[in-house]
Amino acid sequence: MERYYQEEIERAPLEKIREIQNEKLVKQVKHVWDNVEYYRKKMQEKNLTPDDIKSVDDLHKLPFLSKADLKEAYPYGLLACDLKDCVRIHSTSGTTGKRVVAFYTQEDIDMWNECCARAIMAAGGTNEDVCQVSYGYGLFTGGAGLDGGSHKVGCLTIPQGSGNTDRQIMFIMDLQATILCCTPSYAAYLGESMKERGYTPDKIPLKIGIFGAEAWSEEMRRDIEKTLGIKAYDIYGLTEISGPGVAFECSEQRGMHINEDHFIAEIIDPDTGEVLPEGTQGELVFTSLDKKAFPLLRYRTRDICTLTREKCSCGRTHVRMCKPKGRSDDMLIIRGVNVFPSQIETVLLNNGYAANYQIIVDRVNNTDTFDINVEMTPDMFTDNVGEIQARKKVLEDGLKSMLGIKAKINLVAPKTITRSEGKAVRVIDKRKI
Amino acid sequence: MSVNQVSVFLENKPGTLSKLTSVLAKHNINIRALSLADTNDFGIVRMLVNDVYEATNVLKEENFVAKFTPVLAYKISDETGSLDELLKFFSESEINIEYMYAFAGKKDAYMIFRVNDTKKSESILTAKGLKSLTQEELSEV
Repeated sequence: MERYYQEEIERAPLEKIREIQNEKLVKQVKHVWDNVEYYRKKMQEKNLTPDDIKSVDDLHKLPFLSKADLKEAYPYGLLACDLKDCVRIHSTSGTTGKRVVAFYTQEDIDMWNECCARAIMAAGGTNEDVCQVSYGYGLFTGGAGLDGGSHKVGCLTIPQGSGNTDRQIMFIMDLQATILCCTPSYAAYLGESMKERGYTPDKIPLKIGIFGAEAWSEEMRRDIEKTLGIKAYDIYGLTEISGPGVAFECSEQRGMHINEDHFIAEIIDPDTGEVLPEGTQGELVFTSLDKKAFPLLRYRTRDICTLTREKCSCGRTHVRMCKPKGRSDDMLIIRGVNVFPSQIETVLLNNGYAANYQIIVDRVNNTDTFDINVEMTPDMFTDNVGEIQARKKVLEDGLKSMLGIKAKINLVAPKTITRSEGKAVRVIDKRKI
Repeated sequence: MSVNQVSVFLENKPGTLSKLTSVLAKHNINIRALSLADTNDFGIVRMLVNDVYEATNVLKEENFVAKFTPVLAYKISDETGSLDELLKFFSESEINIEYMYAFAGKKDAYMIFRVNDTKKSESILTAKGLKSLTQEELSEV
């Protein structure tokens, strides 16, 4: 039996959804115009006023926002309400040293948590479930989002957080957890670890997995489902728009329903910015309809995917997006963390190395490996082994603090990093996703 | 007088050392003494060669990272106990040896030392009557 958290809206006919979107969009544009000087200027440059936006049909007229805008407006430039109304921030990596900081009012958090609650119920969760949230808590949206969703559904929530595999397994087994929320690579790792400890799928109490924040293949899904004895569902989101739960999979496991009463999705040509018809592959763009503190209009996600309005057997009417097929920028998602090559370049230069480097990402036993080859330079070379290793450690620590994940540094001889037509190949992604 | 050693960065993988030696062979550079420091992912070759400037230049041209390092060279007789005698001077003077290596000639042996303050260590040892070899003296060995 299909379960819904908010059945009426989740199964609303398209006309009803459009009606809601039209009404909310007009209000939201006015809210942004009145409160966000940065975006008002962008609209004025296009000779637009809120009066020009009467319905979703006018959405294409509005200017885009991108990660570059977030960097420029950092930290408060896109905040749309008084600080007294804001209750929290979350943050994700930016393209260089600065991070993206997103603000939330209590209403924003409630809306976001409801989106996650829809995802949990679409996966079959109820208030009788014990839900272990093994996403990271803190600035990352994963932990807070699913934790909030789990509360809304009424699950017994285990705010486990990431890491400490033995403790993760102990809680799953002792408290008989039935739902697991984490990144797919961590789910795979946890599955392998449980297998090694002799837990066969029939002994593992888990039934449902809600996995997101990084790309994963159908093969990986089947692997995880088999080792843990669960059904695994994808969930999509981004900090800029709210966090996980912007879109989620239903029992069909074929594409993720976008919560259209809260977010308008468009697919555009990443080069021209032109809106593309349904079913065409392009860059996903979101407009946040309800967020008060950080209401981004036409935010370019850089994720490449397609949308479909094909009828879904789960009964939900909201448009579905496919798994993102890639990026229209150079961002990498490694172990669930956003990594931009430009961030690595910044750290290398700050530490006295040349900007000659190569990132090698692979997936071994369903876990991402992250190596950076760095060319040795005359400045960084000494004939003292300990000194070179100490400098390498400083570099590794600098990268860890910039990126949030650990990279393995390999010092290589100068001019050994592949160059094609004079341009270095910065990223080698061997993962088959 | 300290002598110049050539230190070269090498990746720890097959073929890198022979690439180095082939460059030196091509340019007629003779290696007089050599030692290799290795870690899991890289190595450092330390060599005394007949022409340090030429060696460093050609290595740079061939994309190696190479630099001079001042080291102290001492001649000792090739017989039991002579290294022990030499090292007593270092320990009495509290000179810390970062690394050392050796090569044997027809009748004498030669010890190469890397210490943290080359000039200071050298003057202390000279005062004790221990004279290090010059670049010229070493070339004639």
